[in-house]
Amino acid sequence: MLWSLFFIFIFPGVFFLSSYGLILEYLDRKLYARFQNRVGPPWFQPLADFVKLMGKEGIIPTHADKGMFKILPAFAMAAVSVVILYVPLWSTNALYSFDGDLIVILYLLTIPTLTFFLAGWYSTSLYATIGAVRTITQLFAYEVPLFMALLAPAILANTWSLSGVVEFYSNNPWLALANIPGFIVAVIAVQGKLERAPFDIPDAETEIVAGPFTEYSGRFLAIFRMAIDFELVVTSSIIAAVFIPFFSTNLWIGIPIYLAKTILIIFIMSLMRALMARIRIEQMVNFCWKFLAPLAILQILIDIIIKVLV
Amino acid sequence: MPKRIEIPLGPQHPALKEPESFTLYLEGERVAASNVTLGYNHRGIEKACEQRSYIQCLYLIERTCGICSHSHTTAFITASEEVAQVEIPKRAKYIRVLIGELERIHSHLLWVGVAGHEIGFDSLFMYSWRDREVVMDILAMLTGGRVQYSINTFGGVRRDISAAQKEQVLKAIDILEERTKYYIEVATTETTMMGRLKNVGGLTYDIAMKYNASGPLARASGVTRDVRRDDPYLVYDELDFNVITNDGCDVFGRVVVRALELMESYKIIRQVLNNMPDGDLTVKVARKVPANEATVRYEAPRGEDIHYVRGNGTEKPERVKLRAPTMANLASITYMLDGGYLADVPIVIAAIDPCFSCTDRAITVKQLDNGREGTLDWNKLREYSIEWHKQRGFDAHKIKLSI
Repeated sequence: MLWSLFFIFIFPGVFFLSSYGLILEYLDRKLYARFQNRVGPPWFQPLADFVKLMGKEGIIPTHADKGMFKILPAFAMAAVSVVILYVPLWSTNALYSFDGDLIVILYLLTIPTLTFFLAGWYSTSLYATIGAVRTITQLFAYEVPLFMALLAPAILANTWSLSGVVEFYSNNPWLALANIPGFIVAVIAVQGKLERAPFDIPDAETEIVAGPFTEYSGRFLAIFRMAIDFELVVTSSIIAAVFIPFFSTNLWIGIPIYLAKTILIIFIMSLMRALMARIRIEQMVNFCWKFLAPLAILQILIDIIIKVLV
Repeated sequence: MPKRIEIPLGPQHPALKEPESFTLYLEGERVAASNVTLGYNHRGIEKACEQRSYIQCLYLIERTCGICSHSHTTAFITASEEVAQVEIPKRAKYIRVLIGELERIHSHLLWVGVAGHEIGFDSLFMYSWRDREVVMDILAMLTGGRVQYSINTFGGVRRDISAAQKEQVLKAIDILEERTKYYIEVATTETTMMGRLKNVGGLTYDIAMKYNASGPLARASGVTRDVRRDDPYLVYDELDFNVITNDGCDVFGRVVVRALELMESYKIIRQVLNNMPDGDLTVKVARKVPANEATVRYEAPRGEDIHYVRGNGTEKPERVKLRAPTMANLASITYMLDGGYLADVPIVIAAIDPCFSCTDRAITVKQLDNGREGTLDWNKLREYSIEWHKQRGFDAHKIKLSI
C-alpha cells in the first residue's frame, strides 16, 4: 500500500513528472532562446511561473460552466500521470505492464487533447471556441500517423506491451534501425500533440489570443501548463523507449542514458520549433495525411516484411 | 449554409501593434466579410498644431508616429519652407535624405520582424530586430535619438555629419547589406514561410489603382508609383535608384518589394555619403510666415505621406493637415481579407504595414438616436461638450478659453 502511494506521488508519479517536466521545459525554452540569439530564462523560470500562476486569482467567465472549467485541468494532469506507470524509463520493464498497455497508453494520451477542446468549448468565449475546434481538427491530423508510428515497432516485436517492445529491441538492437522512418514520423507528430510550432495552430497568439486557454487564468492555467509539461516528459520517454533501445538495469548507467535520450528528443523538438513558421490548419491536415500517414504506413510495411523474413 | 460568427479583432489584440477595430464575420475558418473602424489613436494633433509656432509644431508632428517620424517632420517642414518661400542649402537636403533612408531601413527591418511574429516565425523576428539595432545605433550616433531624430529645423538641419561618422555609417551599411541578403534567401526558400505568404491577401492591379493603394502595397501589385520618382523632392532627382515592383499581388510580393527596397536604400545612402557637398546647414527664416499654402508629398516607408500647411502671416500655422499612407492603404483591407482564412488575417493586416498612430486624424461622429453622421468642428465640439456637462449638472459655458 505504502509502495503504491510512493509510486503514485513520488516516483515515477507526480513529483518526478513535475520536476523533470519543469527541467525539460527550462531546457526547451533555453534552447529556443539560444537558437534565436537571445539569452533565455534562468533555470528556475518554469518553477517560478508555476508558483506565480498558482498564487493568482482564477477568474471564471460568467457564462462558462463552472464545474467543467475547474475539473478539466485536473483531468488532463491525471490522464498524463497514469501513463508514466506503464513506460519503461531505464530498465526494460515498466512499473506495471500487461499485454496491450501500448494501446492503453495511446488512449490515455488522447485525453489531454480532449480536455483542451472541452476547456475551450466550455469557456464560451469566441476565441476559445475557435481554438477548441482547431485542437480537435489538429487531433484528426496527427493522431493516425502517431499511432501507426508507435505501433509499427510493436508489430515487429510481436507484442502489444510497451515493456515487451523495449525488451525485444534491447535483445536485438540492430532491428531498431528499421524503425527510423517511424522515429521521424513520431517526432513530427508529437510536435502536433504538444501543440508546438509549426503546429501550434490552436494556440496561435496573433490570431486567437490563446486559443482554448484564452479564459484560463490563475491556478487552473497553472495546472494545464503543468499537464503540458508532464506530456513533455511522457511523450519523450515513450519515443525514447520505443525507438532508441539502450537500457541498463544498473542505475548508474541507466539513468544517464535515459536522461540523454529524452534530452536529445527535446533538443530535436526545440530545433523544429525555432526553425519553422506556424502553418495553417488546412495546410497541416494536408501535410499529415499526404506525407506523415503514408510514411507511417511504409514503416508498418517494413516491419511486417522484416518480421516475415526474420 | 454555415452560420456566421462575429469576431472582434481589436481594438486590443496581440496581432495589432496599435489599437484598431476589425470586425470579422467568419464562416468556419473563412472570413466572409469584414469591417474596419478607425479612430482609437486620435490625439488632436492637427488642432494642437494651430496653437503652436512652426518649430513647436515640428516637435509635435515628429511624435505622430515612432517609426516614420522623420517622414512626417520632413514633409511638414518642406511644406512650411515652401509657404515661407525659403530655399535650404544643398548639404541640408543631403542630410535629410540620409536620415530618411536610414529610417526606411529601420522601418523595413522592423516590418520583417513583425511579419515573422504574425506568422509564428519568432526566430525571424528576433534575428531581424537584432540587426535593426545596427541601424538604431547609427541613428543614435548621428542624431542623438533612436526613435525621434529631431534632425530638422525650420530652414535646414540641426546637426552635421563628420568624416568619422560617415565611415561608421558606411561600415554599418556593409553589415546590413550582408544580413539583408540572408533574409531575402530565407524568405524565398523557407517552405513554411512561403506556404503562409504566397497567394494570401491578393490585391490585383485594378483594385490597387481603384482604392488608391500606395507604397510597397501598391508596388507589390505592379503599380509603379513612388513619390521619389514621380515627384522628386529634396535631392532624389540627382540620385540613381530603382523603383522596385513585383507582380505577385500577394503578401509574398510585398515581402520581396520591401526586402529589395532595403537594398536600394543601401545604394542611395552610399551615393549620398560619397557625394555630399559642403556648405551651410541652415538658412535664416523669418518668424512670421507669410499667408500662403503648400502641399508636399513624401515617400514614407509605408507609402505616400501628404502634408498641407497654410500660413496666415503669424508665427503659428493656420491649418495643418496630415494624410498618412496607411489611411490610403486601409481602403484595400476589406477586399484583401474577405474570402481568406482567419489565420491569414494578422499577416494581411501586417502586410500593409499599418501605422494607426499616423492614420487617425478626424472622426466621423454618428449620432446613435437618429443615425445622422457628420464631423464636428472645434466650435460645435465645444458646444456639444458644454451641453453634455450641463445635463449632468456642471455649467461650463462661462469658462473662457484662451484659444
